Amino acid sequence: MAESWDSGTKEAVKQIPLLTSIAGPRDKQEWQEKRLKQELQSLIKYIQLNKQTDSDWFTITSNKDGTHWSGKCWYVHELIKYEFDWQFDIPATYPTTAPEIEIPELDGKTAKMYRGGKICLTVHFKPLWAKNSPHFGIAHALCLGLAPWLAAEIPYMIGEGAIKVKS
Amino acid sequence: MEAEGAIAGIENIEQRISKMQGEMQGINARLEAAVKLADGSAYPTASAAKPAAAKKEPRTKETAMSAEVVDSNPYSRLMALQRMGIVSNYQAIRQKRVAIVGIGGVGSVAAEMLTRCGIGSLLLFDYDKVELANMNRLFFRPEQSGMTKTAAATETLININPDVELEGHTLNITTLNGFDEFKRILSDDTDKSRVDLVLSCVDNYEARMTINQVCLELNQTWLESGVSEDAVSGHIQLLQPGITACFACVPPLVVASGIDERTLKREGVCAASLPTTMGIIAGLLVQHALKLLLKFGEVTPYVGYSSLKDFFPTMSLKPNESCSNGLCCKLQSSQPTSELATTNPAADVDESSPFHEDNEWGIEVAPEAEAASSPALGEQALPEGLSYSLPVQQPAQSEVAPDAEEHMDNTEPSLEDLMQQLETASSSNKGDSKAH
Repeated sequence: MAESWDSGTKEAVKQIPLLTSIAGPRDKQEWQEKRLKQELQSLIKYIQLNKQTDSDWFTITSNKDGTHWSGKCWYVHELIKYEFDWQFDIPATYPTTAPEIEIPELDGKTAKMYRGGKICLTVHFKPLWAKNSPHFGIAHALCLGLAPWLAAEIPYMIGEGAIKVKS
Repeated sequence: MEAEGAIAGIENIEQRISKMQGEMQGINARLEAAVKLADGSAYPTASAAKPAAAKKEPRTKETAMSAEVVDSNPYSRLMALQRMGIVSNYQAIRQKRVAIVGIGGVGSVAAEMLTRCGIGSLLLFDYDKVELANMNRLFFRPEQSGMTKTAAATETLININPDVELEGHTLNITTLNGFDEFKRILSDDTDKSRVDLVLSCVDNYEARMTINQVCLELNQTWLESGVSEDAVSGHIQLLQPGITACFACVPPLVVASGIDERTLKREGVCAASLPTTMGIIAGLLVQHALKLLLKFGEVTPYVGYSSLKDFFPTMSLKPNESCSNGLCCKLQSSQPTSELATTNPAADVDESSPFHEDNEWGIEVAPEAEAASSPALGEQALPEGLSYSLPVQQPAQSEVAPDAEEHMDNTEPSLEDLMQQLETASSSNKGDSKAH
C-alpha cells in the first residue's frame, strides 16, 4: 500500500512525530496527561512543517477534553480554492481504531463516503492505521486520510458538477 | 463521599431511564399493533375483495410452550426438536435474552429467526433509519422508510410473536457516550451482563472493536458475523473472553472470494449487498446461537463462506498471549485450562498438512506476520481460503520510526499551553491560505 503514496505525502508523514501513549479517551487521566499532549505536539509540528513548505491545507481546534475536533480544510484545483468544514469525534476504542473524519456538507455527493458525510478510508488508510497503532495520531489521520481523500475526490466532484465555487 | 453517593445515585437513575426507554419502544410497538388490529389493518390483505381476512385476531400470549401437535400451536414444530432428540429442553429458550447489535441485512433477519423460535427477550441496537436502498435485503418493507430500524423491527416482530419481550435502543455504540450507554444497557444492577449472548451484525471495524471491548469488560460471550463488501462471501466467529481469540488478538479474518481479486472492481462504491448472502450468514449465525443457548451440536469457532466456490473454510482461533488488549490477556491467564469449551475438535486446523500447492485461494500471510514476535500468530496457520483483512499490528514499535520514544517528550508544557499553541499555529494558517 505504502508504495502507492505520492512522494510529498510520504515525506510529510515521516516528519510527523509518532506517539507512544496507548491511552484512549476512556482512560480519563492518562488520556489527558499523556496521549492528548502527544496529539497536540504532533499536530503543532505537522502544521509548522506545512507552513515551512507553504502547503497549509487545514485549520484545527478541539473541545476541552480533546474528544471532538473540527476545522476547515481546503484544496486548490485549477487555481481555485475549495474550502470545507470537517469534524470528528474520538471513538471510544481510539487509538486502536482510527478517527472517522466527516465532511457533512459533501454527504451524498460522492460514493466514496458513508452516511452522515464520513469519508471512505477503508482501502487506503485503515490498513496503515492498523499496522501503526498506537503510534499514529490525529496528525497522521489528516495527512494520510483526509489529504489524499481530498486530492482524489475534489477534482472528481468538480468534474461531475457536484461542487461549485463558493462566492 | 456524599458526592460520590449522589453521582452513583444519578448514574443508577440514568441507567434505569435508558432501560425503560428501550422497554417503552417495545410497549409502543405492542400498543400500535393493538390499535391497528382494532382498525382491522394489522394484516395487509392480499386482495381488497376479501376484507374479512383483515379481521383476523392476533394470537394471545402463550405462557408456556406446548408440544401439542395442532395447527393452532405456534411452537409444535419447535417442540418436536425435543421429541426427535435434538434438543433436551427447548423451553429453556424462553428464559434466554439475546442482544443484537446492528439491525441491517443480517441483524434484522437474525432477530426475526430468534423471534419465531420463541426467544425470551431481544435487545435491538442500531442508530440508523430504514431507507429504500435497504430493500435489496430481507425483512424491512418500503412503507417503513424513514423509521428507525429499531422501531420498524419491534413493530414487525411483535406482530410475528407477541411472546417475545423486545427492547429497541437507537444508539451509536462507537461514540464515547454510546459506548457507556451500550454497556449500561447490557448490565444488570450488579454491573454483570444481563444477556446470555450478544450477536454482532454490524458493518464496520470500529463497531466490532467496541463490542469486543464491552464484552471483555462484562466477560460476555458473543458471536461476530460479517459479509464482504463485494457481497459474495461472509463469516461467523465465536468469541469467548479469555478462551477464544478476542477481536483484537489477530487482525480480522476474511474469506477470499475464490476468484482473482484483481478482476473484482472496487472503485466507485463502498459496498455491494445481496439478500442471499446476508440470509445465509444470518442463518449460520442464529444456528450457532441456538446451539450455544440450548446446548446441542458442536459450535465451530470460525465458519467462513465463499459463495462463488461453495466453500466453507473452518478453524478455531486461540487467544493471542501478547494481545494488545490488556483485559484479554488478564482473562486468558484466569482460565483454568486452555481447552476450548465448545470447540468442534474435527474443525481444528491440522497444522501438519501442507498448504495447497497452487494456492488457489490466494492465501496472503503478510511477511511481517511471519516475522512478528507474537507467538500466537506464528502458531496459527490459516486454512485454505482465509486471510487477514488488516496488517498485523507491530508488537513493539512502528517500522516507520523505531526511535518513537525519542520523538516525544512527556515533560513538555501543560495541556493548556499546548492547546493555546495549536490554536495559534492553526489560526495563523488561515492568513496565508488566502493567497491562493
